[in-house]
Order: sequence, then structure tokens, then C-alpha cells
Amino acid sequence: MATTRYTREHEWIRIDGDTATVGITDFAQEQLGDVVFVELPEIGRQVSKGDEAAVVESVKAASEVYAPASGEVTAVNEALADEPALVNSAPNGDGWFFKMRLANPAELDDLMDAAAYKDHVDSLD
Amino acid sequence: MSQERGTTSGHRGLDAEEPLIFEQGSPDKTGVDLPEPPPHADRLGGLGRARPIGMPGLAEPEVVRHYLRLSRQNFCIDGGFYPLGSCTMKHNPRLNEKLARLPGIGDLHPLQPASTVQGALALIDACAGWLKALTGLPAVAMSPGAGAHGELTGLMTIRAALEDRGDARARVLVPESAHGTNPASARFCGYRVDAIPADRRGRVDVAAMKQKLGDDVAAIMLTNPNTCGLFENDILEIAAAVHDAGAFFYCDGANFNAIVGRVRPGDLGIDCMHINLHKTFSTPHGGGGPGAGPVVLSAALAPFAPVPAVVHGADGSFRIIEHPCQSDAKPFGRIKAFHGQFGMFVRALAYMMSMGADGLRQASGDAVLNANYLMARLDGTLHPAFPGPCMHEVLFDEDSLKDTGVTTLDLAKALIDEGFHPMTVYFPLVVHGAMLVEPTETESKETLDAFIASLENLVARARSGDVRFFEEAPRLAPRRRLDETRAARQPVLRWRPPVPGAAAE
Amino acid sequence: MRYLPLTEADRRSMLAAAGVDDVDALFRDVPAAARLPGPVSELPLHADEMTVERAFRGFAGRNLSPGNAPCFLGAGAYRHHVPASVDHLIQRGEFLTAYTPYQPEVAQGTLQYLFEFQTQVALLTGMEVANASLYDGATATAEAVLMAARITRRPRVVLSGGLHPHARDVTATNARFMGLDLVQMAPDWDGGETVADALDATTACVVVQNPDVFGRIRDLAPLAAACHAAGALLLVVVNEVVSLGAIRSPGEMGADIVAAEGQSLGNATSFGGPTVGLFAIREKFVRQMPGRLVGETVDADGRRGFVLTLSTREQHIRREKATSNICTNSGLCALAFTIHLTLLGEAGFTRLAKLNHAAAVALADRLAAIPAITVMDGPFFNEFTVRLPKPATAVVEALAARGILAGVPAARLFPEADHAAAAERLLLVAATETNSEDDMDRLAMALEEVLR
Repeated sequence: MATTRYTREHEWIRIDGDTATVGITDFAQEQLGDVVFVELPEIGRQVSKGDEAAVVESVKAASEVYAPASGEVTAVNEALADEPALVNSAPNGDGWFFKMRLANPAELDDLMDAAAYKDHVDSLD
Repeated sequence: MSQERGTTSGHRGLDAEEPLIFEQGSPDKTGVDLPEPPPHADRLGGLGRARPIGMPGLAEPEVVRHYLRLSRQNFCIDGGFYPLGSCTMKHNPRLNEKLARLPGIGDLHPLQPASTVQGALALIDACAGWLKALTGLPAVAMSPGAGAHGELTGLMTIRAALEDRGDARARVLVPESAHGTNPASARFCGYRVDAIPADRRGRVDVAAMKQKLGDDVAAIMLTNPNTCGLFENDILEIAAAVHDAGAFFYCDGANFNAIVGRVRPGDLGIDCMHINLHKTFSTPHGGGGPGAGPVVLSAALAPFAPVPAVVHGADGSFRIIEHPCQSDAKPFGRIKAFHGQFGMFVRALAYMMSMGADGLRQASGDAVLNANYLMARLDGTLHPAFPGPCMHEVLFDEDSLKDTGVTTLDLAKALIDEGFHPMTVYFPLVVHGAMLVEPTETESKETLDAFIASLENLVARARSGDVRFFEEAPRLAPRRRLDETRAARQPVLRWRPPVPGAAAE
Repeated sequence: MRYLPLTEADRRSMLAAAGVDDVDALFRDVPAAARLPGPVSELPLHADEMTVERAFRGFAGRNLSPGNAPCFLGAGAYRHHVPASVDHLIQRGEFLTAYTPYQPEVAQGTLQYLFEFQTQVALLTGMEVANASLYDGATATAEAVLMAARITRRPRVVLSGGLHPHARDVTATNARFMGLDLVQMAPDWDGGETVADALDATTACVVVQNPDVFGRIRDLAPLAAACHAAGALLLVVVNEVVSLGAIRSPGEMGADIVAAEGQSLGNATSFGGPTVGLFAIREKFVRQMPGRLVGETVDADGRRGFVLTLSTREQHIRREKATSNICTNSGLCALAFTIHLTLLGEAGFTRLAKLNHAAAVALADRLAAIPAITVMDGPFFNEFTVRLPKPATAVVEALAARGILAGVPAARLFPEADHAAAAERLLLVAATETNSEDDMDRLAMALEEVLR
């Protein structure tokens, strides 16, 4: 059974054993507006927790997407190249960014669960 | 298309639809008569072009009509009020244009022997002399091609001076409200950017700035008057702190037009400042360039200025230092081909001589007065982000539109229908829904009053709940709102010939 | 003062509205000690049009106008005939006095011509995409090198010895501050350079100019293949765009990035500036491109229109992470370029190129017939290098005294002591459609006299 955790920077990470899928939250896509481009990491790249792993762009803004945990990038969502709008329409599903093999699953303990993340978002405005 | 426009042609009176040049003409036509090339040997070494380039051909009247029709789709300062904050859309005198085209000025080749261009070198020297006198700084690097290029040049000069003392340093401090060019220039000079926050007065938070200072700070880049349209009144304290830390004080001179003839940056502790000749000194904006960004320098930085440099020879003639090996100083290198934006020096000098010391002083006074008049008269209509007095531009936030459902962008688009160019919107980033209004000294009181009346009515309309009116604006421009998302998602960056057989849709 | 519309009465009523007694009160945030009490004392007061014009005619009178002299100067700035309608059109206020098209609904004129300009530049260079221009060819070259380093994530840049020294120096300056590793080949006096030998696994790009600074043209396809085999990009610089009407385009020869100086079309030499930098690439690199880009889209009524696009590359959004610090382009010079090229069209442009080549071939033959002069070997377009029996700088001065602008001494471009011996007697000579047979006769005769 996969569990999902959230960062303060509005990434989500869905964990399934020692692999995980990363994307940005519905709140983040709403803030950005229409996503026009996503720059994804190279497969095989080693990232440390907090590294800039991807960039998501709207017409007037560009935001870094940080690795929620350390590990190796094992897959990226090729569909975003042709259809970046997936980030808007399905941020938690088909709009995922990349998959990774976790180096240290214990790092995830620092992240928020869904309830804590909701409180975090509510506190922002 | 023609049906939407209600005419068979697709045109609407004086408002003409104009296809791309690639959709007109035929390859065998031309708008330039040239003689048949004489018979000659081919010395191209077998590298001759074998394929057509793919360009259309049009006769001269077709070309003139094309560009004339395009021109009529543009808003311009000649045609109306253009209060684009931070950009200084002031009148562009046509005398400047005439002089830039004189034989012996516009047609000079950059590599003529110095003996044949003494007038051009004297002209550069005269322009430099005005810039030094107006800024109170002893040297100027004339060659940067634009303001951002001047920033980069200034930082390179600073870095060269620091390297010369064996201490290149690592960080440049840049306020959050700065133009985006500032952090980008610092980065392209090899520095790390450290942002400093603004305080509640819209000015640099001096305490926070001092905390960030250290012996690894190369420079602070400060715009003054700043991008909120305010004078940094702690500037002497900032300069002293920066110098105490062994760093240099770079001033972004984009807003020099607010103080020219009244305040010399050299008297404010500034070491280095670029001057946008197209802002303060009336050279045309040209749809986005060419600009020119000479950089004035303190005595400590002057030896490191890039080549070229015009110098006085012993006999009173001028010569030009084109390579560091010809210099007695320590130029850090070269940043542009030839001698800089000479054509812009001509225009700026013509303007400075026309205005004189007295006229420049009057111009900055009028620019500041116009902005403060707008601020006062719009009290209750738009909400100023910070209390006045402002300098040459006044910054409003989105508060006056709160809960109306109308955004800054909507209001800007509605101004287009009123016949005004919108103010700068969403800059500076430190103010939510920013509207930065810069009237310049070019505008009469009557124009300002008309602009105020339009804004009053529009804001009243927004408060009355007529959101749709704003969302649909502009209605009266050559185009309605354009789909920027589509442009970015599926970029079409050039015309391509239609695919044969696919044309019949 | 003629540029200021406010009257004293206006000022008084506006000051009252602003709640202050005088303008000085609006400057109260300026430290008192830094406020000047009156106009800057060492500068003159305002002047009328006639007075200013007289001063500028004085400046002009101390120069030798190339319009009044046979002129064979090139080396990165070329004298061409610009049709009268170009200068007329670019001086329309709607072009001259507009700014960056931030509000596209009222800037379609600028946006459409830039879209057409981008297309023309892409076609000329044989590349897929071009931007809306940069400051000049030299800064475009520097930007291209930084872009190549970003794309390849490699630090090493090889500059050919055929590159114009100004483009070389601008690139070297920018690369040094960005910490790149620069390999500068020695000046390629005789065209024998084998730049491919300098490639290695850390090379981001090789920068070559075609025609090179000495006027020679060469087939770059083998070099392109060598670059690509080494994982490096080939960056081709073009300083004389008219050549592209006669010779194979850089794109055809395998270039990955083209940086060019566009002055030759539409723009006066203007003592070297302002001009217009052209920048064209393969489409896959577009997100690493510096400078403004115009793209096609539709408006709310579904009508075709144009906007600035892919702006997240740029400094106003990305700040220190931008692809460049550039903010403007060279709008009005790009307009002059595009109008001139539109006037020429395919037929006119290719004929113009032929005329230039014909003029240079005729001149080369004339000079080769003078026994004291050697025309350097190699194919060329409209510029070539000759070897004189005397120092070229002195010869050029002597001809200038006779009212002839003979060419650019190599020593002016390569003044370093290391190059003095090799450069001393070389002269770069360009011929364009503006040079008459009479010009060539005068040059040849004067050279014979001076070299006698």
C-alpha cells in the first residue's frame, strides 16, 4: 500500500517500497497557473534531498521542484513534454514528474502527511 | 475572418489586416533595382549556394505598404501617453535623428584611420564629458550596448579591481525589488547573488543589508531612485557601510532621469553607475533597442575600464585605445565590437546640448512633479504602495481593486481602450499587483488630467462590479487579449511554408 | 524649453495639488548636502536647434566621410547601399518611439516584424530558429559560447584564429568571468589552421568565422562532423551576412549555433554601432537560447497574433538563473535589416551577393597586377587580404591623405607585440556594390604611387 508525503515546497512523494513517485500538489499547480513546460531530470541522476531536480514553468513564472528525498532518478514522465497541461489537470496522477529509488527512506519521516500538509496550505493565506 | 470583421476585405476602415511577407509576392519580384553582375571568375572555391533561400519578393510599394500597415498596429510615445514605469517613455526629438544621419557622422566606418575621424572622437569625448559632469564621477566606459550590458561591464570592472588587490570576493548584494537584470548580471560576472529585503518604507532594509555585508561581498547593486519610485534616503549610510566592508557601490542608473541636473551620484558615495541613454537622454526606444549603457566610474575603478577608450594625444588630437596592450592602465578586456553605440552618443549629446544644464534640471523637476501630481490626484482612486513624495514614478498596489474581481492586468487592458498605454504592471515584484506609473516630463497637465479622469471612471466601474467589462478588454485595439499559454506550450517561432496538399482546408 | 510642455502656471497649480511649495520639497529624501543649488556649473545652458546643428556639422566636418572617398574598409563593418524607403520607414514614430511589446494588443506591428525577422534569419543561416536579435555580432558570439557550455555542460571553448579579434576578445572576456577554459588559436594568417585537432572530450564548442577575418571562406562540413563526433557543438560566426546570398549557409554545413553581425543589411556603419546581432540555432536548444523570442498565437476572437514567448528563459522572470542578462534586443536595427531584406527578396539578395563577389574579384585582379602586391591565396567572398612590401599602417595613412580609405591594416586588429611581424604588411581589403570601377582605379593607382 503506497503512502504519500508532502514537502513545505509543495511537492508530493508517493512511496511504494524503495521506489517513489514525485509530483507537485494541486495547490502548487493552482498557484502557478497554466503550466507550459516541465524540465525533467536525467534518468540515472543521483539527487540529494533538497536538490533542484526539475523546473516547472508557466507563462510568467518558473519554479524549481526539489527532490523530497535522496536517491536515483529511475524514470521521468515523458508525457509532460507534449502535454504539460497534465500538471494542471491531474497533478496527483498523470501529471507526475519523476520516479526515484530511495537511498534513505528514513528521510521521509521529516515530511508531512496529508492532514499536516493541509494545515500548512491553510496557514499560507 | 472577414465575416467577423463585418467587411469582405477583412479590413476595417483605416485598420488594415496585413499578412506576413511570406504570404505575399513571388520569388521573382524585387524592390531593389540592381545592375546585372559583370562577367567574373568564381572565386568561391566550390562553396557557392546551391539551393534557394526561400525568401519572398515584393516590389517597393508593396514593401512600404506592408510596414506602414504594421506600424499602425503599434502604440507609441509620439501618438499618446505611455506611462510605462521604469522605462521612461519620453519624447524623442527628431533633431537627434537628423544629426545621427549627417554625412561624416552616420556613414563613418569604425576602422578608418584616426586621422580621418577626429570629429567623431571629439564627439565621443564631448558626450563622455557631459556624462562625467552630470554624475560627478571622473571616468566613463562608453562601449556597453545597453543598460544590462552596462551593469555587466560595471561589475566586471569591480571584479577586475578586486582581483587586482588579490581579493575577487564571492557575493553581490541585490535588493529584492531590483530589475531582473541586476542578479543576472552579477551571475554572469561569476558572482553569487544574495538578496536583501525591502523594509516597510519600500526602501532597502539597512539593518538587514549590514548583516549581509562581509569581507566576501564584492558589491551592492542598488537602483536609486529605486524601482518603487522612491529615493533611498539612507544612501550615505549604505555607501559608508559598503565601503567599510571593502566592497564597491554599484548604482543601477535606470532612474537617473529623476535626479539629473540636481543630484550627482558621485556625491552619494557611488563608485559605478550605468546610464541608459534611451531613458535619461532621449534616444529612441525603437521597439526595444538599440540602447546604450555607458558606465561612469570612480577613480578607484577607472584604471580597470574596458577598451576602447578615446584619449587626448599630446598634440591635442584624439586617438583610440583599442587593445589592452596599448593602454597604460589595466583594462579588463573588451565587451563590444568597435567603439560602442556611436549613433546613440550622437543623439544623447544632441539632447544634452539642446537641454543644457538648466533644461536637464528643469526636466527632472517636471518629471518628479508630474508623478507627484498623479499621486495626489489619484488619492482615493488607486492605493499608493508607499507614502510620498515619490520621485519620477509612482507605485500603486492592487488594494483599490480588492474584492472587485478585477485585477491589475484587467485594469491595464481597459486603459488600452481609453487610448493610453498601460503602466508597468506586476513589477516590482515586492508589491502585490504592482502598477508603476511614470509620466515623464514630456506630458502636459492636460494629458495627465485626462489620464486621471479615465482611471477614476475605470476604478469606479470596477467597484460597481462590472467584471465582464474588464475581462473583455481591450475591445478597441488591433487585437483582443492574446493566448500566451498556447504560444508557450506549442511554440511557433517562425513562418514555415505550407505543406503541399494540406492547403485545401 | 521646447521639449517641456508644462507652463509656470501649470507647475504652480500642480505643486499646490501635491501639497508642497516648490519642486525642491519633492526632493527632500535626497541628503541635503548632495542637492545642487542650481544647474551643474561647468556645463552650458540650453541651446536652439540651429546652434546644436551647427556644432554637429562642425564635428562632421572634421571627419572624412566614406561617401566622399573610395572606401575599401570591411573587417566586420561593410558599406552597402541602403534603399531610401528603409530609413523612411524606420523613422515612423510608431516604430521609432514604441518600446518592448509588453502589451501585445497594441504592439502587433513590432511583434509581426520580429516574427518575420526571426524567419528571415533562420532561412539565411540555414538554421531552424532565430531570436529577435542581440546587441551585435561580437556579443552574440559570446552569448553563443556560454549557451554551448550550458548545453554540453562542458567547460572548454576553442576559438579559431580566423575569428575577428573583437569577437574573440568579447568572448574571451565573458568566458573568463564565467570560469570557462578558453583555447585561443593563433591568428590564422595563411589559412592553414586545423582547428579540429584542438577538440577533446571536455570541449563544449569550436568557434569559427566564415568568411574568416582575413576574408577566406571554407567548407565547414568536415569540422562539423569532427565536432559532433567529439560531442562538441560547432558555432559559426558570420560578420558579412551578404555572403549568405552567395555561399552555402552555416546550417547546411552542419553548424549548431550561428552568431552573426547583421549591420550589412539596412544599417549604416555608424562608426561601429548600433548594429544588430543575429542568433540562430537548432530548435532543440531553444530553451537555452538568450534573448527575446516572438511566437505566433491567437487572440480572444481567434485571430492570428504574436506575443513575446518562452520568457521564463529571461532575466525579468528567472533573475540570476536566466540564460542571459540581456533585456532589450536591437529592435530598430532589426527592423532596418528586415525591411532591406524584404525589399531585396530572393532575387535581389542573391544578385546583391553576386555583385559583391564580382567587385571583389575585379579588385583582387587589379591589385594582383601590381607587382609589389601579393593577394593571399584562398577562396573569398567580398573581402581578401593582400601582402604589401611596406608596413600597411603607413600605406593606409598615406592613402587617407589622398582621400582614399584603402582598407584595414592587420596590425590595427592584431596590435599585440607577438603578432607585429606577421601582421605588419598585411592589409584587409573589401569591395561591395558601392565601389565603382573608378574607385578601384584610384585605389590601384594610389597604391602604385605609394609603393613605388
